[in-house]
This record gives sequence, structure tokens and C-alpha cells, in this order.
Amino acid sequence: MTAISREEVAHLARLSRLAVTEQELDMFAGQLDVILQSIARIGEVAAADIPPTSHSVPLVNVLREDVPAPCLPREKALAGAPDVAEERFRVPRILDEE
Amino acid sequence: MIKKTAAELGALIASREVSSEEVTRAHLDRIAEVDGKVRAFLHVDEAGALAAARAVDERIKNGENLGPLAGVPIAVKDVLATEGVPTTAGSKILEGWKPPYDATLVQRLRAAGTVMLGKTNMDEFAMGSSTEYSAYGPTYNPWDLSRIPGGSGGGSAAALAAYEAPLSIGTDTGGSIRQPGAVTGTVGAKPTYGGTSRYGLIAFSSSLDTPGPCARTVEDTALLHAVIAGHDPRDSTSIDAPVPDVVAAARLGATGDLTGVKVGLVREFSGEGAEPGVMASFRETVDALAKLGAEVVEVSCPHFLYALPAYYLIAPSECSSNLARFDGVRFGLRAGDDGNHSLEEVMSLTREQGFGPEVKRRIIIGTYALSSGYYDAYYGQAQKVRTLITRDFTAAFEQVDVLVSPTTPFVAFELGSRTSDPYQMYLADLFTIPTNLYGGPAISVPSGLSEGLPVGFQIMAGTLRDDKMYRVAAAVESVVGTLTPPAL
Repeated sequence: MTAISREEVAHLARLSRLAVTEQELDMFAGQLDVILQSIARIGEVAAADIPPTSHSVPLVNVLREDVPAPCLPREKALAGAPDVAEERFRVPRILDEE
Repeated sequence: MIKKTAAELGALIASREVSSEEVTRAHLDRIAEVDGKVRAFLHVDEAGALAAARAVDERIKNGENLGPLAGVPIAVKDVLATEGVPTTAGSKILEGWKPPYDATLVQRLRAAGTVMLGKTNMDEFAMGSSTEYSAYGPTYNPWDLSRIPGGSGGGSAAALAAYEAPLSIGTDTGGSIRQPGAVTGTVGAKPTYGGTSRYGLIAFSSSLDTPGPCARTVEDTALLHAVIAGHDPRDSTSIDAPVPDVVAAARLGATGDLTGVKVGLVREFSGEGAEPGVMASFRETVDALAKLGAEVVEVSCPHFLYALPAYYLIAPSECSSNLARFDGVRFGLRAGDDGNHSLEEVMSLTREQGFGPEVKRRIIIGTYALSSGYYDAYYGQAQKVRTLITRDFTAAFEQVDVLVSPTTPFVAFELGSRTSDPYQMYLADLFTIPTNLYGGPAISVPSGLSEGLPVGFQIMAGTLRDDKMYRVAAAVESVVGTLTPPAL
């Protein structure tokens, strides 16, 4: 039995904003099936009453004084951007025009 | 000069017998000579290194005491932000990007007077065990150029083995410092999680990522550990506690006396999945530790067998979330922005072009494990198993000071032999992963050769007991010595 189908991989790629090719879908579907079947044995562990660990450091919250400090200057923050306009990050159209 | 340890070089520079500029130049010459074969570096910052070296020489001339590693060259894994110096994380999506600030770790390296030679090659976003998933081509193992140098930090380890640098920085999420150290015959330490700052480290799996020191000797590794470790208010998971005295522990271990030290063998790791040559070297080293006075006992850590599946659910889940930031808006590549594509399409095309196959596989696995309907069975279950693995460690460290195992089940494999079967690649991390899930420190130190290739010996310790692993590692080194690869 397969753990994951080609269609599911295509759906997950869309959710992940990955425009995968047909060729990649063929490759990934087989590989991900092997990987997921191997890691599915995690379900063998009886852990119903065990609390989850998200993090190994036993910290609940970390607070600091609210002290003003200089931040990254605008030109530095924009220096690595692929496209800049009017001192802002320029992005393609988000809303469809009428 | 290039074969000297960092401690020796630091002493020579401090006493002005040689200048940092001379030492730096010698290493830059070595890089020019051999890196065409090894390809440990993605970027060599010759001008920056020489300028930094001259500045250190000047300060030493003026009588400043900058510490034991001042003037010593170092190579930094390309996943740490270096201001004005290209940083790619081994990915096309960040090709040509120059960070606007230094990672905390890089700031500390500069403050200690170390001289950064350049940035080292790695599997893309630190996902891999062979450096073959670098978008810029693989690094080659100086022991045998047809073999992998380990990964993800293959560049940082190969640079040491090829005498291109006496020190380097790696990052360890599932073994990316220790496994490359093992297969290149060098030393690599993963500090306690939170013991070294992640500020300015390009995130892969935030609850696991741990930067750490690499060198050819245990003492050098400890000296570098002492420079980079310690609380950083800019990293909210950084531990606000004193750093254990790892240098003193390494020097104590080097005396070869392990009286009173209890060493635990993990029953669940008793040979399954490891090559016979690796197990033989491991057993010999355990016997040597017993001869040095250590008490060796077997302990059981039943959930370690589930560490690999837990890791390959937790790490991809965190990765799928962390890598969402690569959207072609604020930095790096943008593809398809020709006026005919929507923002969403531009993001998808950018990520399709910018990410390599392993990164895509992990993003898809992570998205799967976090999706509704699967979350409890996969990600949630993995987090519970993480608790059980942590309990195994806690119980073990009530009985012993350290746990030992081979670092990785096999010696350096041939390039290309595992790339078509990703799961076979994942098995390289079988012995290193449990520690990452627990958060404690672990180190790999050479234990000898198998079929002419280096074998690594792993020592794991309790959280914030990094000193204990350094003591035992130095004791191993006192028996095995350092390994010298054949001439390149």
C-alpha cells in the first residue's frame, strides 16, 4: 500500500508554494512514499499519555526591558531585495484589476 | 605552519614569533593550492582576512591580550550571516546575497581576534549528510576525493582535514557537525542546545539547530567552544547560565586518566546497522577507555530506535515553516516577475527555481506532517516520542557520566551512491539524532581507521555538561592520536 499518492504530492506542493514539474512529481511521489512508510513506525510507540516536547530548553517565556535601540537602516534592509521602489519592497500585483 | 594546531598558532602569534598575517597568508596559499580539488569553500575572503590579520597584529604589537585564538584563521559554514560577505546556505535562492549584519557567533569570532578565511560549502539549508545537496556542487573528502566529506557541514570538516584552516564553525541539527568530523578524521562538537547563539543563523529546524566548533584536536575544539558559547539576549532560546569549563576538561582528559568516570554503552546501538569495521574501531576504543580507568556499563535507551522517524517528522515540519520566508520579496532570488504572473505565482516559481530537490522533499514532508488529519499521528506523535527519548537520556545520565557510540554507521561513502535513495542518506544520522532531540551536547573524535578511512567515536553528555564529553574525548585522543590524511 502506498502512503502517499502523486496527486497528494501535487496538492502539498501547491500548499507549499512550489511549482514542481511533472518530472519532479514522478520522482518525489516514489521517494516520499519510501520515506513516509519508514517514518510511519513512529505510530508503534505507545505515547497516548505522554506530554509533547516542542523544545529542549525549559523556558516558558523570555522577557526583556523595552529599551529603544537603533534598528537596521532602511537602505541596508532593502539592499538585498530583488526589487525596490520608492524605498519599499516592490511586489507583483496582488489583486486582480477590473 | 599549516599543520600546527590552533593553540600552537595562537601562542606563536601572541609571542610575536610569527604574525597573524603570515599564518593567514599560509592558509590562503594552501586554499589556492588544494581547494580546486577539495572544494571546501564557497567564498574565500582574501582581502577581508588579510585586513583582519593585520589589525590583530597591530593590536598585539600594542600590548593587547586578545586571548588564545587571536590571529588564528577560521572557516565559517555558509549558513551564518556575515556582514557584507556572501552567504548562501548552499542554496541558489540566496545566490549573491550579502547579509546586512553579523551573526552573534561571527561577532564573537571577530572579538576574539580570529581571522575569517571564508565561507564553507554545505548541503542546501543544512539538509543532508554528504554535501552533495549543495546547489554549488559537492565538497570532496581529502582522504579520498571520490568520497563524500559528510554533511551538512562537509566544507567545514574538509577544510580542516585538507589543512586549509585549523578551525571551523559548523551547525548541527541532526549530526551535521559530528558526522562530517567522523568521516574526515577531525573533531566536531555539538554544544548543549541553547549554549551557542542562533542569532544570524539561517534557520532549518529551530528547536534543533545548534552551532558549534570544529578542529583537528580536542583542545582546539574546546578553545573555540569557549569563544563562541554563552548567553545571547538576541536568541530567546539561549541559556542564561555559565558555560562549563570545557578547556580545563579537555586538558584533564588529555592526561589519560579516567578514574571515576562512568561510561555507558547504549544497548539499542549494539551493532545493528553499523559496518563491521566501524564497530571494531568502536569496541577497541571502549576497551582503551576502560584501561584508562573508566567504568564501562551497558544502559538501555529503548526509544532511541524511534529517534530517526521522530527527527524526520519534526525537522521537516519546522523546515517547511522556516523556509516560508524565502518568497522572493525581501532577499534573494525572484523568478517569473514579468508582469504576467501574480504574486502567488511568482513565489511558487521563485521557490521552484531556487530550492533543490532535498529541500523540496523536506518542505513537502513537513507540510504533510503538519496538515490537518495527519498532525496528531505524525508531528504530535513525534513530539511525544521526543519526550520519551529525553526521559531515556535523563535516566541514563543518572547512572553514567557519558554515553558513547560510533558517530555514524559507515565510513565515507562514494559520491553519488546514496543520492537517489534519500532514506539511505538519512541513515547516516542514526546515532547522532537522539542527542539533538534531547538537546544535550555530543562530540565526535577520531577512533582510528577502517579500510583506510577515518572512523568517528561519539561521546554524549547531559545538558550543560559539555565539559564531561570534552574530558572523555581528550582521553580518546590521548590513545588514538590525530589522524593524518594522505597528501593531496
